[in-house]
Amino acid sequence: MQTIKMKNNAYILNGFSMVGPLEGKGPLGEYFDYVVKDDTLKEKTFEKAERKLLYNIITGAIDKSGLKTTDIDFFIGGDLLNQIVSSSYTARELELPFIGLYSACATMTESLGLSAILVDNNLANNIVAGTCTHFSSAERQYRFPLELGNQRPPTSQWTITGGGACIVSNIPSKIKITAVTFGKVIDFGIADVNNMGAAMAPAACDTIKAHIKNMNTDIKDYDFIATGDLGKLGSEILIDLMEHENIILNKNYADCGCMIYDKTERVFMGGSGAGCSASVLNSYILKKLLNGEFKRVLLVSTGALMSTTTSQQGDTIPGIAHAIELEYVAPQQKKTCSIPTSVKPKSTTKKIKPKDNKATKSTSKRRKTNV
Amino acid sequence: MDKEKRNTSYNLYVDAKLPKTKAWPSLFKAFLVGGIICAIGQGFFDIYSYFFPNLAESEITTCMLMTIIFITCFLTGLGIYDVVGAWGGAGSVIPITGFSNSISSPSIEFKKEGIIYGICVKMFTIAGPVIVCGVVGSIVCGIVGLFI
Repeated sequence: MQTIKMKNNAYILNGFSMVGPLEGKGPLGEYFDYVVKDDTLKEKTFEKAERKLLYNIITGAIDKSGLKTTDIDFFIGGDLLNQIVSSSYTARELELPFIGLYSACATMTESLGLSAILVDNNLANNIVAGTCTHFSSAERQYRFPLELGNQRPPTSQWTITGGGACIVSNIPSKIKITAVTFGKVIDFGIADVNNMGAAMAPAACDTIKAHIKNMNTDIKDYDFIATGDLGKLGSEILIDLMEHENIILNKNYADCGCMIYDKTERVFMGGSGAGCSASVLNSYILKKLLNGEFKRVLLVSTGALMSTTTSQQGDTIPGIAHAIELEYVAPQQKKTCSIPTSVKPKSTTKKIKPKDNKATKSTSKRRKTNV
Repeated sequence: MDKEKRNTSYNLYVDAKLPKTKAWPSLFKAFLVGGIICAIGQGFFDIYSYFFPNLAESEITTCMLMTIIFITCFLTGLGIYDVVGAWGGAGSVIPITGFSNSISSPSIEFKKEGIIYGICVKMFTIAGPVIVCGVVGSIVCGIVGLFI
């Protein structure tokens, strides 16, 4: 089946997000763990900067969860650059077994879903799933040189600088991964590379529809439904498409691309990129889940699976969307959770909590000196 | 066939939803930026003809163009010209400044891949089509001109 339900064994210990200066100024600025002041990260090229960003995100997530790199079984992730170089080079530095994925901007939920499946089936104990993008490196690969004085079409989106990673673990925590739905590749014949929201909206619609049907739930059961990077136009289209299917997306729906930037910024339809849903998930969504403000969240990252070559050859843009359902687990419920003896961690959840807070503080202090 | 129908109707629906660029404000901005660039060019032309009265008009034009091209490259390097371009649109693209920017910006961008494979190879990625079309166009015009 398209939707894989977890057997109550995959949790998100914690997440770490790191963004560029423009994203830090946005409405979600206070939620991000770290905002870099200089988007070059003192590196010579933007590709190197992206790599450094991802490395810091991954190590930040590990530190914040109170774990060590040696506790991690796999690093699962990807990015937007050709041959997913940023992730591969990061994995080289991390010296962790690496599963590289590419689903364009839907990589976050794809890696999170696969991590959850591995952990849920006791094939791994702790997995770090993360992705990141950089505006400047994406711009030179997909579009024009940065200094070119051209005008962007009004439907274009702004690849975000930033990303996020989370630790999927069998150690019970407040956030449980309930289910994951891997989407179909759907193409409704949009060929305009500057209108990716319209190209991806049908895929998002299909995945949400499948997830709700397979989970036997209603859209109202979720406190928050977020799509990855449909942008303003794409999310409007999604609402229309869902309405056509008799599913009404209410106030509990938002698009990460629309949330991340201020309306005053010149970002047109909003943010995009693999890092978009990754950074929003690991800041705003996880924090609200940890607070208990959100009880049930559906994150649907969306990706446009074209390349510059295919679009120049006139091919249309196939879209994909992967959904992941997260649930808040109340602390009193944790006691009743049965932990398999084989994977029972040394420390209990109660011990992790203060450790976790300390780690957060020390991490943020160290990052400030590092970056 | 069914998919084709679905795609056509979806494309029509998306086209109807697309935000429209307002023509008049864009035209005004382009006129303003283009006008200012041309006025600056004319200013240099007048200055050169005042200080070097012995130069022929074509030589003064060349000097003026060189100055304007240099200033654009310099502003591109400082990261100012792309802001002007984003605001002014065609007003900054059509004059020779647009051409200068389209050559200098890839040079800066791809410098990191080295002089040969970076700068030399990528320099004309944007200006290339303009040069090719210009040369081909002039050949066509030349041939047509022969028979008129």
